[in-house]
Amino acid sequence: MKKLKITPIKNGTVIDHITPGVAVKVLHILKIPESTSSVVSVAMNVQSRMGKKDIVKVENRELDPKEVDKISLIAPKATINIIRNFEVAEKHKVQLPDEVIGIVKCSNPTCISNSKEPVQSRFLIVDKDPPRIKCYYCEREPEDIAERIT
Amino acid sequence: MDFKNRDVISIKDFSKGEINYILNYAKKMVPYAKGEKRTNILQDRILSSLFFEPSTRTRLSFESAMNRLGGRVIGFADPSATSQKKGESLADSIRMADSYSDAIVIRHPQEGAARLSAEFAEAPVLNAGDGAGQHPTQCLLDLFTIVTERKKIKGNQILLLGDLKYGRTVHSLAYALSLFGADLTFVSPESLKMPKEVINECREFGVEPNSTSNLEKAIREADVLYVTRIQKERFPDAEEYNRVVGTYKVDNDLLEQAKENLIIMHPLPRVIEIDPEVDNTPHALYFKQAFNGVPVRMALLSLILGGKPL
Repeated sequence: MKKLKITPIKNGTVIDHITPGVAVKVLHILKIPESTSSVVSVAMNVQSRMGKKDIVKVENRELDPKEVDKISLIAPKATINIIRNFEVAEKHKVQLPDEVIGIVKCSNPTCISNSKEPVQSRFLIVDKDPPRIKCYYCEREPEDIAERIT
Repeated sequence: MDFKNRDVISIKDFSKGEINYILNYAKKMVPYAKGEKRTNILQDRILSSLFFEPSTRTRLSFESAMNRLGGRVIGFADPSATSQKKGESLADSIRMADSYSDAIVIRHPQEGAARLSAEFAEAPVLNAGDGAGQHPTQCLLDLFTIVTERKKIKGNQILLLGDLKYGRTVHSLAYALSLFGADLTFVSPESLKMPKEVINECREFGVEPNSTSNLEKAIREADVLYVTRIQKERFPDAEEYNRVVGTYKVDNDLLEQAKENLIIMHPLPRVIEIDPEVDNTPHALYFKQAFNGVPVRMALLSLILGGKPL
């Protein structure tokens, strides 16, 4: 079996089965490189049994649920592996919730959620794969979800 | 069917059965709306009428509807005379109206304002138009007009004409007409075509709308022509508006090619898109359509505020 070109990590998170070409957007969501000084490895278009995929490995960081929700919006088939001392301590698939609150900014400049009102942005999931979301307030669908994630 | 305390934010919040129920109840309201019969079923109930954007028909017909039912109306038609001018949030204005009244009607220039209002009010909120978003009571009165004139909606060839991109009423109407199985043709300049997501919604109900820019050809088969104004205030820039304004005009010359029993509707106000010479033809239904706002809004207010059934 061929070896992956990036090596295992001791502690951190491996985000596997990312839609090919989307790894860069995952980095953007995780605010990498600004948010970490640890090693981050990215593999794109890796051949697997289920076709091509991207992989992101972030050392010394475990993702919080909000970050996982964000990733599910752009890579609905991704799996999150939490690595502790070279072992997979937790493994789960991202799951798109029925709605996402406070993580996507509405693309409609005249949507009430973009004004000074005391509410967080709120989006309902229209389709899970590929993900489509609709603003709860103005009912518009952003064309590029990754661009709108805050 | 229970409508008590329901918010009316989008036509999509209602099933086909519920819409039919409202339309049937509206039919019973017609003699009361005309003042031929009297009722006090909403006596001592108060409606807040909050119009943050100009309106003639929607505001007056809501207020007429509440008065015809024996209720009372408080509110404003000009937000410059309110605390909004001092920078108050919509959420706070709604909290106030909620504590002063039994139901709230709101028109606001921003999309989603009515949905947000419903979150902050205990009382039911009725959306009287939120920017380029939803206008469900207009949609209901449009459906009521078609049903009253054509007996049913299904099987009619309905042309939606004008600004189909920014037009508030046509998006909800296309959805609702598809729900009832109408045949749809969208007629607009290329730059003001119906958005893709609206067309996809029609398809979900098995309706495949035709799209064209040729009104002369499309009008020959039409049973209903729904004309909309090209709304200057919705355009992001004046140049785009100037390019398309005046593209279509409905006049007697055009109507020579139409079916004898074609009905012409328009949410009003109209500017130049329908020539006044059409007003005197049997095709013109837009003024009756505007009146229909009263019985439809009476039906809604009565159902939502739990008025004794008439």
